[in-house]
Amino acid sequence: MKNKTLIERVFLAFTALCMALPALASYDVNIPPPATPISAQIYGLHMYILWICVVIFVIVFGAMFYSIFKFRKSQGAKADVNFHESTLIEIIWTVIPFIILIAIAIPAARTVLDMKDASHPDVTIKVTAFQWGWRYDYSADDVGFYSYMKTPWSQIGQPGIEATEKKNPDYLLEVDNEMVVPVNKRVRLLVTSVDVIHGWYVPQLGINQYGIPGFIKDAWFKADKTGVFKGQCSQICGKLHGYMPITVRVVSEADYAKWLADAKTKWSTKAAPAAAAVPAEDASKQYSLDELKAMGEKVYAANCAACHQPNGKGTPPAFPPLAGSKIVTGEAAKQIDIVLNGKAGTAMQPFARLSNTDLAAVITYTKNAFGNATGKAVQPADIKAARR
Amino acid sequence: MAHDAAHDHGHDHHDHGPGPWTRIFTTTNHKDIGSMYLWFAFFMFFVGGAMALVLRAELFVPGLQVVQPEIFNSLTTVHALVMIFGAVMPAFVGFANWLIPMQIGAADMAFPRMNNWSFWIMIPAALLLFGSFLVPGGAAASGWTLYPPLVTQGGIGTDMTIFAIHLLGASSIMGSINIITTILNLRAPGMTLMRMPLFCWTWLITAYLLIATMPVLAGAVTMLLTDRHFGTSFFNAAGGGDPTMFMHIFWFFGHPEVYILILPAFGIVSQIIPAFARKPLFGYASMVYATASIAILSFIVWGHHMFTVGMPAAGNLFFMFATMLIAVPTGVKIFNWIATMWRGSLTFETPMLFCIGFLCMFTLGGFSGLVLSIAAVDITLHNTYYVVAHFHYVLFPGAIWGLTAAVYFWLPKFTGKMYDETLGKWHFWISAIAFNITFFPQHFLGLAGMPRRIPDYALQFTEWNTISTVGAFLLGFSQLIFLWNVVKTIRSGEKAKDKQWEGADSVEWTHLPSPVPYHTFETVPNLKLAAPAH
Ligand code: HEC
Ligand code: HEM
Ligand SMILES: [Cu+2]
Ligand SMILES: [Cu+2]
Repeated sequence: MKNKTLIERVFLAFTALCMALPALASYDVNIPPPATPISAQIYGLHMYILWICVVIFVIVFGAMFYSIFKFRKSQGAKADVNFHESTLIEIIWTVIPFIILIAIAIPAARTVLDMKDASHPDVTIKVTAFQWGWRYDYSADDVGFYSYMKTPWSQIGQPGIEATEKKNPDYLLEVDNEMVVPVNKRVRLLVTSVDVIHGWYVPQLGINQYGIPGFIKDAWFKADKTGVFKGQCSQICGKLHGYMPITVRVVSEADYAKWLADAKTKWSTKAAPAAAAVPAEDASKQYSLDELKAMGEKVYAANCAACHQPNGKGTPPAFPPLAGSKIVTGEAAKQIDIVLNGKAGTAMQPFARLSNTDLAAVITYTKNAFGNATGKAVQPADIKAARR
Repeated sequence: MAHDAAHDHGHDHHDHGPGPWTRIFTTTNHKDIGSMYLWFAFFMFFVGGAMALVLRAELFVPGLQVVQPEIFNSLTTVHALVMIFGAVMPAFVGFANWLIPMQIGAADMAFPRMNNWSFWIMIPAALLLFGSFLVPGGAAASGWTLYPPLVTQGGIGTDMTIFAIHLLGASSIMGSINIITTILNLRAPGMTLMRMPLFCWTWLITAYLLIATMPVLAGAVTMLLTDRHFGTSFFNAAGGGDPTMFMHIFWFFGHPEVYILILPAFGIVSQIIPAFARKPLFGYASMVYATASIAILSFIVWGHHMFTVGMPAAGNLFFMFATMLIAVPTGVKIFNWIATMWRGSLTFETPMLFCIGFLCMFTLGGFSGLVLSIAAVDITLHNTYYVVAHFHYVLFPGAIWGLTAAVYFWLPKFTGKMYDETLGKWHFWISAIAFNITFFPQHFLGLAGMPRRIPDYALQFTEWNTISTVGAFLLGFSQLIFLWNVVKTIRSGEKAKDKQWEGADSVEWTHLPSPVPYHTFETVPNLKLAAPAH
């Protein structure tokens, strides 16, 4: 069944879905279970207001449907044309709602004040958003790392190209590196962005905070249970806005200490940051062109294809093609510079965080793919030399 | 254009002036222009609707099937702009053109030539908006809120959108000046302000909102333009600017804008419900005051769109309290409409059905608005499908059903022909059911944490999305019934009575035949005795 029409496909998808419904249906209708005192307050506030609305709903709809059934012309109802003005009634239905609003405003204001009090943090994490992922810096511990969506495109598919792989249960919500925090500690987030506005949104932690380029805003939470809490970028941020998930793992204090010790070896930002951030490797090793191309293809799929597209054609003018690009087919130094250091003011970010080998591989790959047949290879040593 | 028409009695509109094409371009007649506005809006409504169906098709199941994410974002953006600036606002102006002169006893609008101009200026705007899909880089893809710096990354399509907004804004401002001048200066003797039908009142207030906010929007998008091309840094932190500033300016326009989209519908409903309850509107004066207070309050609540920006606690609290306050006059309106039905003698023709639908669904939209106004709760709902559900509950059954009710109510007056009541009832019931299938589940999606403006979603959101998509296609289909009914009425409707609705009491029903002659009033009518008593 290769050439299914769109209608057939939709129909098949629908049938499959109907059959799957009883098995994995998730008809969630409410805010997910809160995991912090603040999100518990939010949950409570919402339920409180919801019930007030239900009561008002019953009264308003009751009066309306009573009139609809009682005062029908077909039932012989005669219009009482004099019933069209009453200052007393107007005052009553202005004052009563006002009082109800005060009853809502008082607890609501208390929560707003609590959620704005980010003082006395035990852990402070700088959250830097970018197109399209997150960076978490535990500055006090000199640890910093990136967090990207892990779901492969083979599960997502493309218009006209079906997904070739079955979707994982936490499809689109899986990340490579989770933010890890200790339970029952006040965690303060300093949220910012390097390109456009994003939103760091994890409902169960009661946080939805814009990251605004050039500004740092804070938010805080204190998780009162361990577990994994998921969220997504909440503010439209371009092409892959739907593909920048967030995962926070809340662990016991002992586990946190263990994780931190491990993180310090992997992601230390101590000493000269650029050099230290590069994973350990043998930068003097020489690879063959084919070896580099094979490695580079993987690096490209993981880091570049989102913008420059798997076929290297990009989506101009936002993302230029690498196929036929003068920079890619030209001398290596220019290309190394733009990949290593990015281009300020554009979405082309610095990729200095990749190892020399990976960078050499991906640059070699782009020089010899998508019809760019330069036959030239770039070695890890070239990258090392170019690092500032 | 109306050369010597005033001396030339007993004619119909074919026996004077130029042929049909020249007439379209040069007409200054408020009814011609009103009809052109209404057809333009109807067309845009279907185009915007088709875009929405592409979005819903993509969201039918998880994964990417129909469009690339970038196109999805563009469609989201242009859908909203088309619906707001191309469908709802022009449709309201179309009714204003038709109805305001008739209801206040004026011969035409105060500035007939400007009236023509304010219509035609919308056509290049629409072409720019649609054309932006064809240029390299595609249409604006930043959401209709156009937040920088994202909007700065867009291609030339974004500039076309900015110019389209300029033109549409200019059109709205001209339309508003015309409406205000007409209402304040051209009322016939006896038509005092406090005797005007509510549609005129709500439009008068809306026109002031437009004049106050459209220049703000124009300024904001112009600053985007200079940031994009002329090296300014209004919203660029690297140059000393602030992206948050744009949000403040945008929503200072944006929140009054949402009332621009609903107040004329309030006016329509306030005239139709009394007509089918066969008794005067309950609390006429308090309705006028409630509309005015909503309009004034709408200028101090914009921050409720920015609770997640990181304003200081005092800022969040201020905007929360002010927003909650708006629920009071909104509630007063709903109570007054119900009291109008109370002890009435009700019948349920199609316009009344749509008004009752309006009342029920708008009330639900008010509830979700109240929930969102609570800054703390908004944190968990902002930019999720809950917000999408909220504004569709206030805009579809609010603005669109208000307009639909108006079409069914006044079509007999405009065309002299009666619509098909059975088709009208089908239209209502299918719309009402489909609307709720489409949008009610979106409350659940939002509460469960599904962000808005995403082309693909996690698996736990699948079921409600699939249901919503099914509802959306049914809703789209029900609008075809509407189109069919309108066309059928114009081509072969039965003859309508001069006073088609027993309980209708405004001047167009009491003083004018159906269809209304090309020149409404050849002499100034005396409304001293006849103006409806409230
Ligand atoms: C977030 C999107 C994004 C990602 C991911 C990305 N790029 Fe880019 N890239 C861009 C943009 C935007 C430009 C254009 C910059 C400009 O305006 O000059 C660009 C430009 C380039 C250029 C210069 C092309 C030319 O002809 O001007 C090269 C080479 C390049 N990128 C290589 C890469 C490589 C290799 C990777 C993966 C390691 C990568 N890019 C990942 C967005 C991206
Ligand atoms: C009781 C009255 C109302 C209240 C209290 C209210 C409150 C709110 C709040 C707090 C938001 C922001 C939600 C968020 O983004 O987090 C919002 C969004 C919105 N509201 Fe309302 N609202 C009310 C009535 C209306 C009406 C009458 C309309 C239009 C007819 C409307 C249209 C919108 C729109 C379009 C948005 C979304 C804007 C966007 O982000 O694109 N609302 N409302
Ligand atoms: Cu983002
Ligand atoms: Cu608002």
